[in-house]
This record gives sequence, structure tokens and C-alpha cells, in this order.
Amino acid sequence: MTNENNSVTTKKVPSIYPAKTKIQVTVIFFVVLGIYLFSMTWTQQQMVGGFSGAFQNVFQVIEKFFPPNTAVISAIWGPMVETIQMAIIATTVAAILTVPLALLAAQNVTTFKPLYYITRTFLNLLRTIPDLVLAVIFVGLFGIGLFPGILALIIFSLGILAKLISETIESVDMNPLEAMRASGGNVLQVIWYALIPQVLPQFTSLVLYVFEINIRASVVLGLVGAGGIGLILNQQLGFYNYPNAMMIIILIFVVVIVIEYISTKIREALL
Amino acid sequence: MIEFKDVGLVYPNGTEGLKKINVTINDGEFVVIVGLSGAGKSTFIRSINRLVTPTSGSLLVDNEDILKYRGSDMRKLRTKTGMIFQNYNLVKRSNVLKNVLAGRLGHTSTLRSIFNLHKKEDVGLAYESLQRVNIAEKIYNRADELSGGQQQRVSIARVLTQQPKYILADEPVASLDPPTSHQVMTYLKKINKEDNITTIVNLHFIDMAMEYADRIIGMRAGEVVFDGPVSEVSESTFEEIYGRSIREDDLRGGADES
Repeated sequence: MTNENNSVTTKKVPSIYPAKTKIQVTVIFFVVLGIYLFSMTWTQQQMVGGFSGAFQNVFQVIEKFFPPNTAVISAIWGPMVETIQMAIIATTVAAILTVPLALLAAQNVTTFKPLYYITRTFLNLLRTIPDLVLAVIFVGLFGIGLFPGILALIIFSLGILAKLISETIESVDMNPLEAMRASGGNVLQVIWYALIPQVLPQFTSLVLYVFEINIRASVVLGLVGAGGIGLILNQQLGFYNYPNAMMIIILIFVVVIVIEYISTKIREALL
Repeated sequence: MIEFKDVGLVYPNGTEGLKKINVTINDGEFVVIVGLSGAGKSTFIRSINRLVTPTSGSLLVDNEDILKYRGSDMRKLRTKTGMIFQNYNLVKRSNVLKNVLAGRLGHTSTLRSIFNLHKKEDVGLAYESLQRVNIAEKIYNRADELSGGQQQRVSIARVLTQQPKYILADEPVASLDPPTSHQVMTYLKKINKEDNITTIVNLHFIDMAMEYADRIIGMRAGEVVFDGPVSEVSESTFEEIYGRSIREDDLRGGADES
């Protein structure tokens, strides 16, 4: 009898979550599911003819995209190169401007607190503005073309780069810096000899990563008039010239994949 | 000559690092500072090149109060005091020669050093220093490819290249095994004798202190509790400095192996 009792008590294993949590999670799950179901039926009502109607439209349009017009390649190659150039120029300028900003936004280098906080806040502000909004503003200010696009990309990538690199700087080994200071190096020499060698690989890798982002972003910026292939794509779509648009999309796809592949390989080799 | 006159140091968190230190270190001496961790050895040594700044008293290096130094004076002070660290503090990704050349930073203008325009004499000096610590064949190796003992020798070469008047070594052998420890201490001693560079070393191994020091300064809780030539030191002196009996881990050993 006692034996049986024992086995009962050992079998009564406590569950991992208390009963209250279980009920809460179950309720939350069904509420979320309910919201999904509701929004699904709601959006279906808004679409003329519901899902089946929408898909019919999709097939009709997709049909118009094929076959892509290969003859247009020579004509769109120029704008494609423009897009890449935009990304190159913007990334280069941003990479240069990043250096002082990242140093000022790194707590271990900029020990003067107010300066550190001002730079941090400035960088945070830069990152709150979406690149597309920047492009719209600059196109308004400087007119349609490459220049507003480049400007938007510079500001956009500066925000990301300076933030990421300042964090890299903060994670650096401070001991060599102390040694350089102890041997009589001034601030610039200490940074140049002890800090730069430590962050250079990550710096290069991050710049390449931002370059990848910039290639894609510069295509999108073209849509709002900031030059490059995006501008042409937008025009062709506007003229309902779908075979041309399809060719442009394929070209963008290929170029982005090739550039990402090369950049990934370089970054792997670096780290 | 280094003179501590009533030097005290209180850290911002209220800890007293140094209490009324009065010590004079003469040119050419090889001084070993012993004491348990937290006794103020590091604070003592780092006060001399102002990596930390004492809050009271005066500290005279070559008859000038260095506690008043700022900017370019500080740079001159640090140029004539070389430092060796427990963790070698080399730039791991840079090669050995570049690390050793960093010892010349205090002598080199900012522009020259940024564009890598080192003077021929400086590069020659760096190479010569590496030869003196027997590691010249590694000049193009990255610092992190070397063993701990080799890295510490590179950091000694860096200090030699600096051509300092004083060498401060903060626990230079704490991360090394016994034979390598003796090798490093032997180099330090040799440099002290050959170049007549005043050398101050922090150690917590009693046997090593006895073997290499001319003079021993004992510290406990921020105060100097012993100061005298090595001939006056006995085991009871160490027991007094440490405030307890001597244990086996207070000894490095391995003197025969090296």
C-alpha cells in the first residue's frame, strides 16, 4: 500500500508552466488568431471579387510582362551603371565621413561625455529619416537626377555605418591603447597605431555591407526621381511597357546577385 | 631620480590607492615592488608615468614635479619612461616590427607616424632591439601568432626602442610559466645593467624578487611597509609585508629549468 502511494507521488511531476500561464497563453493565442481571421475576411471584402478576382488580375498582368524585351538591354545598361555609380560614390563619401563621427560616438575614445551624447543623438536623428523620404525631399530641393539620390544615400548610409562602427570601436581591446599612451603617443598616434588596426577588418566589411544595401536602395530611390535605373523602371511601368520593365527587373536582379556574391566573398576573406 | 614625497591617491570611488608614500629611487637601480594584489603596487608604478594621477603630495622625476604636468610635458615624461604590462598589450593584428616601432611614437611627429614615414635610424633601432631579445626572426609575424613569452619579449623590444630613462614593469611575468618568467626577468636585468636604465618591477613572487632585485620595496594596503637592499630581506620580512605566513603559491620556482 505504502509502495503504491510512493509511486503515485513520484509520478505527479509538476508541469513546467503554472496553470495560470497556460490559460493566459491559450487566450492570447486565440485572440491573435481571431484578429487574423477577421482581417482576412475584411480585406477580401475590400478586394473586388475577392481572392479569385485578385489572382485573375495577377495572371493577366504577369502575362503582359513576358517575354521580356531583350532588345532594350543596350539602352538600359547606361542607367544601370549610373545606379551602381550612385551607390559607389555615396558609400565612399559616407565611409569617409563616418570615421570622425564613429570615433566621437564611441564612449571609450570620446571620454568627454557631452560630445559623446551630442554625436549619438545626431546619429540617431539621421537614422530616423527613411531613405525614401530623404530622396523625395532632395528631389524637391535639387530637381530630378542623380545628385539628390546620392545625397539621400550618403545620409542614409552614414547613419547606419557610424552607428555600427562606433560599436565596433567600443568593443576594441583597450590594452594596446594604454601601452601607446604610456610610450608617449598623442591622441592621434594612439588611435592610428592601436585602434585602427583593430577595427580595420570590420570597417571594410561593414562598408561593403552598406554598399550592398545602397545598390538596392538606389534602385528604389530612382522610383521617386532620384536618377538611375529606378527612374527608367518607373517610366516604363508608367507607359504600361511591361516587356521592357521585365527586362529591367531581370537586369537589376542579376546585378544585385553578382555584387552581393562578390562582396560576401570579400567579407568572408577579411574576417 | 624619482622622488615620492607624501604621495597619496584616492580613487573617485573613495578607495585609497596610496597613503603618504615617501620613496626615493636612484638612477640605475633595479627595484622590485612586492605585495599582495590590491596593495597598491600598480598604482605606485602607474603614478610615475601618470597613467593614474596622485591626489596629494608631490612626485619628482628628475627634479620636476610631474603631478603638475599636462599636454606636451606629459608626453615628454612618458617618452622617457617605458612601460611593460602583464598582458603584453601588443596590437594583435599588427606585425612585430610595427609593434616595436610604436615605441618611437613619443619621439616621432604625428604626421610622420601617420604616413608610416619612420626614420631609418628608428627602424634600425627597432630591429636592433628585437635582436637583443632574440626575436628578430619574427619581425613580419603578426603579434597574435607568438607565444606569451615571445610577446613579452616583443614588448621589451618596444620599450628598448623607446630608449627610455626609466622602465616600469607592471607584473611582467604574471601570465607566463616559470622558465619563461625567468627568461623575461633576465632580459630586464641585463638591460638595466647594460644600458643603465632605472627599472622598477612589480612582482608578487618572493623567490623572483630575491633573485633579481637590488632593492625591495614592500607594500601593504597602499603603504610602504618595507624598503631596503635585498641583503636585508629574509622570509620574516615577507611575512611582515604580506601580513601572513608564506605559501607555496607566493613562489614562482623553476629557476633551474631556465
